Formats: sequence, C-alpha cells, structure tokens
Amino acid sequence: MGGVTVPLEIEQTQSAEETFAVPEPDVPWVTIVHNDPVNLMSYVTYVFQAYFGYPKDKAHKLMLDVHHKGRAVVSSGTREEMERDVQAMHGYGLWATLSQERQ
Amino acid sequence: MAGQFEALPGGGAAVALDEVEISILRSLAVQLLELIGPGDEPAEGADPLAALFAEGPSEPPSDPALARLFPDAYGEPEADRGEDGELREFSAEFRRFTENDLRARKRDDALAVVRNLDALTAAGEGGAILKLTAEDSLHWLGALNDLRLTIGTRLEVTDDDETGDLYRLPDSDPRKPMVMAYLWLGALQETLVETLMP
Repeated sequence: MGGVTVPLEIEQTQSAEETFAVPEPDVPWVTIVHNDPVNLMSYVTYVFQAYFGYPKDKAHKLMLDVHHKGRAVVSSGTREEMERDVQAMHGYGLWATLSQERQ
Repeated sequence: MAGQFEALPGGGAAVALDEVEISILRSLAVQLLELIGPGDEPAEGADPLAALFAEGPSEPPSDPALARLFPDAYGEPEADRGEDGELREFSAEFRRFTENDLRARKRDDALAVVRNLDALTAAGEGGAILKLTAEDSLHWLGALNDLRLTIGTRLEVTDDDETGDLYRLPDSDPRKPMVMAYLWLGALQETLVETLMP
C-alpha cells in the first residue's frame, strides 16, 4: 500500500487487524437500492432504465436482485455522484442509500 | 378499457375514469399534498432568492409514511440510528440540502394530478377520458407511486401479503376501502408504466 497517504489520526487509532477495514480515499462509493414491499417490479425496472439509461435486461436483473436479495448496487462513482443518484432514487420513491464499498 | 392507461400515439397516455374514480383520485391527491405540506413561500417583501438557499430539516420525519417518502441517505435501513453518529450526521447534512427539493417535486406531481382532474371535471358530465401529455404522465407516475407508498405504509403492507390476509379482508374490516384503493392505484400505475417503457 506504499504511496497511499494515511491520515495521522487513523494511523494512531487503528490496531493492526482493523487496518484492512479502513476505507482508502480512492475506494469508490456505491448507490444501493433496498427492497420494499410496495414498489412495483415493472416500475423499479422502468426507473433503472429511465434514470441510469441501463438496457432492459440489465435493469430487469438489478430489479430482481433488489427483490430477491433485498438490495442491489445500482451505480458506483464518487461520493458526490452517488449523492446525486440517491437523491434521484428518492425522487422516484425508491429506497436508496449510499456507502463506501468495502474491499 | 376502464381503469387502465393506454399509450396515445405520439406520446402521453389515456384512461377512462368514472365520476367516483375521479373524486377518489382527487381526494387522495389532496390528502397527499396535505401530508407533504406547503412549500416555503418567501414572506412578502422578503428576498425571493433566499428561499433558494433555505436549508431543509436535519431529522427524518416522525410520521412513518413521510419517513418512507423522505428516507435517510446513509446507513442500513434496519439499523439503529443511534449506533453510528457519523452516518447520522451524513444523513442529516444530505437531508438539509435535498429534502426541500424533494418535497417540491412530490408536491408538483400531486398538484398536476389535481389540475388534470379538475380540467376533466369541468369538461364532462359524469365519466370522462383523461388524456395526459408525456410530461403529465411522469407527474402521474410519481404521484401514483407516492400515494401507494403512503397507503402501503399506513396498511403496513409486507412482501408476504400477496399470499396473506390483507387482500382477502371481509367487507366489514375498516381497512377494506384503503386496501381496495391501494390495489386500484397499483393497477393504474402498472398500466401507466407500460405506456412509458422504452
């Protein structure tokens, strides 16, 4: 991990076995859509196509992941980009959060 | 066919609604507007630009339906909000900068529904064919979804309900009318989505 600058206070507070869990500055953020019992499957697929521009197959697969696994990562990028995506998902009434992807 | 949206040539969608359906839809849209609340209009003499920079709330709404319409952006949905102060602060900051816009969007959607229905009532006697432009279709899609989220939260709908009792309530159950409205709105939204599928 040479070349990555670790902030001083993190270096001081992390024990050796916890170090792996510290998010690196360049680890991407992701937008996660969570399952809910109300939103129609066709509507969720429509949102993934209309907002992200995903082809129908990909949108449908992501919708099924949300439905069966309870959640799906629908986009990744910078924190600012993911906040925009989450805001858009809330606009559509989908239940979305963003988080930094853990390696 | 009654109660189903159909695509119009050149964009937009149409649905046949009778007098009772128009009245129920309008009443639900008005209730949704009341739930979302009024916009923050600048006071008379105040700088209208100030509203653009006004901050929204930091805390999630206490009403469960509103909390579903305006969820936290950080943290696990099921997690105890008290357990991670950093995520709670991120959610609060996100809410301050986005919730006003989100409320405005949902208000616009519900207002479009009321306006479209009022234009319809003025034109016809009894039932009518509601014709939506492509733009109004998107407003209706949003409002129908928000209504279903709101009613679904009130009814405490779960994934198990499709095989459960909620959809087979006896007529005497006080929840029955709301369940009927919920299912009807679902059919409207389902057929409206179909007209919008690319």
